[in-house]
Amino acid sequence: MRLSDYGQIDRGNAISFRFDGKTYGGFQGDTLASALLANDVRLVARSFKYHRPRGILSAGSEEPNAIVTVGSGVHQDPNVRATVQEIYNGFEANSQNRWPSLKHDLLSVNDLMAPFLSAGFYYKTFMWPRAFWEKLYEPVIRRAAGLGALSEKPNEDTYERAYAHCDVLVIGAGPAGLWAAYQLAQTGLDVILADEDFRMGGRLNSEADQIGGKPAADWAADMVAQLDQMDNVRLMTRTTVTGAYDGGTYGAVERVSHHMNDRGGDRPLETFWRIHAKRAVLAAGALERTIGFSNNDRPGIMQAGAARSYLHRYGVATGKRVVVFGNNDNAFRTAHDLSAAGVEIAAYVDARADATIDGDFPIYRGTQVTDTKGRLGLSSVQITDGGRNHNIAADCLAVSGGWNPTVHMTCHMNGRPTWDETIASFVPTAGSIPGMSVAGSAAGHMSTSACFESAQDIAARVAGDLGTATPADPLPTAEHAAYAIEPLWAVPGKARAWLDYQNDVTVKDIKQAAQENFRSVEHMKRYTTQGMATDQGKNSNVAALALLADATGRGIPETGTTTFRPPYSPVAIAAMGGEARGTGFAPERFTTSHAVAKDMAAPMIEAGLWYRPSYFPEHGETTWRQSCDREVMMVRENVGVCDVSTLGKIDIQGKDAAKLLDFIYTNMFSTLKVGRVRYGLMLREDGHVMDDGTTARLGENHYVMTTTTAAAGLVMRHLDFVTQCLHPEWDVSFISVTEQWAQFAVAGPKARDLLSNFVEDDISNDAFGFMQCGAMNVMGVPGRLFRISFSGEMGYEVAVPARYGESLFRLLIAKAKELGGGAYGMEALNVLRIEKGFITHAEIHGRTTVFDIGMERMISAKKDCIGKTAAARPGMVDPDRERFVGLKPVGTVKQLTAGAHLFNEGDAATRVNDQGYITSVGYSPTLGHFMGLGFLRNGPNRIGEHVKMVDHLRGVEAVCEVIDPVAFDPEGGRLRA
Amino acid sequence: MLKLVAKSPAEGLVPLSVGTMELNEVVPAAITSIACYQGHADALSAALKEHHGMALPKTGQATGRAGARAIWAGPSVFLVGPEPHADLSNHAAIVDQSDSWCVLNLKGADVEAVLARLSSVDMRSKAMKKGQVVRSQLQHMNAIYHRVSDDSFDIYAFRSMAKTMVHDIDRAMRYIASRG
Amino acid sequence: MRIPCPICGERDRREFYYQGDALALNRPDPDAGDVVWNDYIHNRDNSAGVTRDLWHHEAGCSNWLVVTRNTVTHEVLGAELASMVKGEQG
Repeated sequence: MRLSDYGQIDRGNAISFRFDGKTYGGFQGDTLASALLANDVRLVARSFKYHRPRGILSAGSEEPNAIVTVGSGVHQDPNVRATVQEIYNGFEANSQNRWPSLKHDLLSVNDLMAPFLSAGFYYKTFMWPRAFWEKLYEPVIRRAAGLGALSEKPNEDTYERAYAHCDVLVIGAGPAGLWAAYQLAQTGLDVILADEDFRMGGRLNSEADQIGGKPAADWAADMVAQLDQMDNVRLMTRTTVTGAYDGGTYGAVERVSHHMNDRGGDRPLETFWRIHAKRAVLAAGALERTIGFSNNDRPGIMQAGAARSYLHRYGVATGKRVVVFGNNDNAFRTAHDLSAAGVEIAAYVDARADATIDGDFPIYRGTQVTDTKGRLGLSSVQITDGGRNHNIAADCLAVSGGWNPTVHMTCHMNGRPTWDETIASFVPTAGSIPGMSVAGSAAGHMSTSACFESAQDIAARVAGDLGTATPADPLPTAEHAAYAIEPLWAVPGKARAWLDYQNDVTVKDIKQAAQENFRSVEHMKRYTTQGMATDQGKNSNVAALALLADATGRGIPETGTTTFRPPYSPVAIAAMGGEARGTGFAPERFTTSHAVAKDMAAPMIEAGLWYRPSYFPEHGETTWRQSCDREVMMVRENVGVCDVSTLGKIDIQGKDAAKLLDFIYTNMFSTLKVGRVRYGLMLREDGHVMDDGTTARLGENHYVMTTTTAAAGLVMRHLDFVTQCLHPEWDVSFISVTEQWAQFAVAGPKARDLLSNFVEDDISNDAFGFMQCGAMNVMGVPGRLFRISFSGEMGYEVAVPARYGESLFRLLIAKAKELGGGAYGMEALNVLRIEKGFITHAEIHGRTTVFDIGMERMISAKKDCIGKTAAARPGMVDPDRERFVGLKPVGTVKQLTAGAHLFNEGDAATRVNDQGYITSVGYSPTLGHFMGLGFLRNGPNRIGEHVKMVDHLRGVEAVCEVIDPVAFDPEGGRLRA
Repeated sequence: MLKLVAKSPAEGLVPLSVGTMELNEVVPAAITSIACYQGHADALSAALKEHHGMALPKTGQATGRAGARAIWAGPSVFLVGPEPHADLSNHAAIVDQSDSWCVLNLKGADVEAVLARLSSVDMRSKAMKKGQVVRSQLQHMNAIYHRVSDDSFDIYAFRSMAKTMVHDIDRAMRYIASRG
Repeated sequence: MRIPCPICGERDRREFYYQGDALALNRPDPDAGDVVWNDYIHNRDNSAGVTRDLWHHEAGCSNWLVVTRNTVTHEVLGAELASMVKGEQG
């Protein structure tokens, strides 16, 4: 019921919304929970396991009961806490975990089965037969005990990630947070003040207090307005700081658009922030806990503090006849405030015999609530006074079992909270998070005045740490009421008494866990599932520990707590993923010829981040093999052009450049003549092959190294390692020029004919022989030419500055066509190199040695190099190792597959008989059969033998002949032509 | 006679104008990496001053003025604008990087908010003044950020990633603008 | 986690590539023998407490750093340029 004189809602701004298909009215500033309560809707959910009718327990993010699904279709958002969700015009929410409706839920039969469904029932009941678990039990249980459902459509919402930086992050904008932020901001420090709520002020918006002569909520609003005016302050509302991480890094999720009715488009739904702060002040407040008594979960039963929030903040009376039940002086406020608002207080019930409350309502001291009635909502409360039961008619029961400081974040880096007897709760242990201090009720200060004092104290210390003047504003005057708690965890009774509402865990379940010897708090948690729901047991953890301590005869400190981990409250995985999906997942790298290849309808293949053309289909070709075969023959017979710009290119200069190359390559580069190119092999220090490629010497102290596309980054890092960590004394520098040059392979018997259209220099075999290189004018542009070949044909690689790449590629293709040639892609490139036995990272995959690939002669005896010592270990040169061979099918099956394993003919194809494996295959139109490269035990000595290839995955088996890996033009006459 | 046609890295991708922000391509006449030889720092600095009128920038700094700058670029210094004088090669390894980088100028009132979505480094004016240079990431790619004024940065990333670079900056600009 | 790069200042660990124990700086002589080489290549302590590791500031200044940190508390105690550390060792 809405009250006219209360609340911070905007009554001039009425809102119409729907819940479970019915239309209701509310105001701007309402949450779904407050608006439903204003409409006297008490039943809003069914519980997880027993499908018990549930209402609204809290007024904050800790809500365990009022969990709903917002929206529908692609924007459907399950498991939203009604106490956090703001309403807007057109807002629509539905209850979940019920069928066919909230009032008539068929699975409420589970509640009658309760004796069989207590803690551990999964483990005991659904043990056998084993196969039934996956097929029968698990799906049935999932359907019965559920949360909300996903739309099962791709998420169309927008999420982003962002970084923020500050001197001090203040977490929570209640009295302590506001005051700490204000004090720190005055010193000039950069302050971020983050609060999960859409209205800053914390409990100040929910109490009848006066601060500095003003209503508390007004004081808070004024303070927020002042902070908002300061350039060095950033206010972040609707932003939950969810985790504390190493080095002063905090995760936070900002709900950007959940309160707006125009979802979609560019505006993010949520932003996941990573905030780096030199210091942090945790002022996250405290959460009220309930008390375990029989049937304490009926709609209408709520936290005493929540009843005040609904009254003061939202102008909502949570009932017409209210009973208040507490064990601490803070509970007085609910009785007084509701009474002052004209709500009938049917009874004030205090478990303490010496409670000092006065009021114009029935007061029961030393009395407990022992049971409740009401099928779909509370109708009466039973109290037991001097051994006699009374039933008191009531539609709302406000309960306060005390307040638990919000210690969660102080435990995110393995900290453990400390038990504080005076407030019967855990408080943060100092120093748990480096750089973080805790202020206000989060540190156990239970009056507003004490919150201000602790905030002032911490602000002074933080300012001192950061070297600014100590802030010293006079403290605002505020209430300093006693708290005077006397712990009460559970009231004895016959019916079930709930602790963890969301996971339906009762007092009895905790006791049962202890009885069955799950005495460790971590075991109890997992056995009962207490604290494992989306609310992470914010209402129930402390009481559960206390009851476990009691049941096991230990003290609470000795029993300890479970581990609080991030996030503090649920974070959508989509928010953490942010924009990293679709094209935002990874950069796309395009060669300069990309547009031309696309114009030619070439399908792209990803090579790391690069996109390279697989093949260039021509009219009438319907399979990739047709295009590939044609391109291979085109290179072998005429000429082909291929963009090889993706290979890593590193410019190396300095008087020790040769020394560096000699050290990282197995072979010599100091002896390479200027104007020449040499193939080099690079090892890891453990003797395995790291990478290969050609290096050209452009000047006495100037080289250009090429790496494979895949290893370009790795090799740069390796060069950094060698020159910084092993030989910082060498005078050598290097820089990637991969992006600087567009480089095209021109290969085939007509390669020279083609290129002579583009360069004026003499490139005849005599003037520019195999493995020669040099600067060369390419159509008026300063370029470079290398006489190298990865195809086995006469080959050149021509390079021009990248701005000319697209243009040169177009012209090369056009001219090549006149010679019966054209572009070739990765598929043809692969076949060409397989025919020649040239290796790629399919072969040098990290487990192969120089010996394995048959290049042991490339390790120079004249010098040390990275990996040389390790490569000489006996196991690295054992002839029986799997070594490089070629393979061709000779049986009835003519196909070879990469990844298949090799076995001796007659052996079973099992692991113990494994003789090796195939790394690369391709159909060779030149040779007229499939050809494979692979590794075979003692392979080079088995040329001519037959082995059996078995591909267990694809079910292919083929008899192969072991052949020399260089199957085409073994003398190399063609490439020297 | 056949002739090669030049294409800039972000051709067809920019300019973009989103909310308060503008994204434009900058095409310096030349970008040259200058990696000082051991023991030549003073001589190189003197040569740079003599031939190009600017000092060798210290770590995280830029020298010179619009159109002719030297910016710190990690292992080496980039001369941005002028063709390098031949004398520099007596003191440093000189490598042409003119075609390696896509350089975009990001300008507008929300520039710091946009950068906060691209890099983990604090580039607010308090932490990064005009003339300062940061090497960091732009989302998942490596990038160089140079603050050229209160509200604008030159951003360098590899040419091959120009499309993603524009895509990522554009998206950040749109997200900011959509918040109103 | 934040690493104080001596060149770039404190940076998020995402900008770095992690390599392993800084003993990689102490490459043995080619003829140091199997035991020494095996220790250099393969054998590492897995200590609870202070360690010195190599990190590469790949997305920043490209420097290799020797980072001293505590594996128990995750505290980063300092970072030096690997080239300087190596230079001092000679």
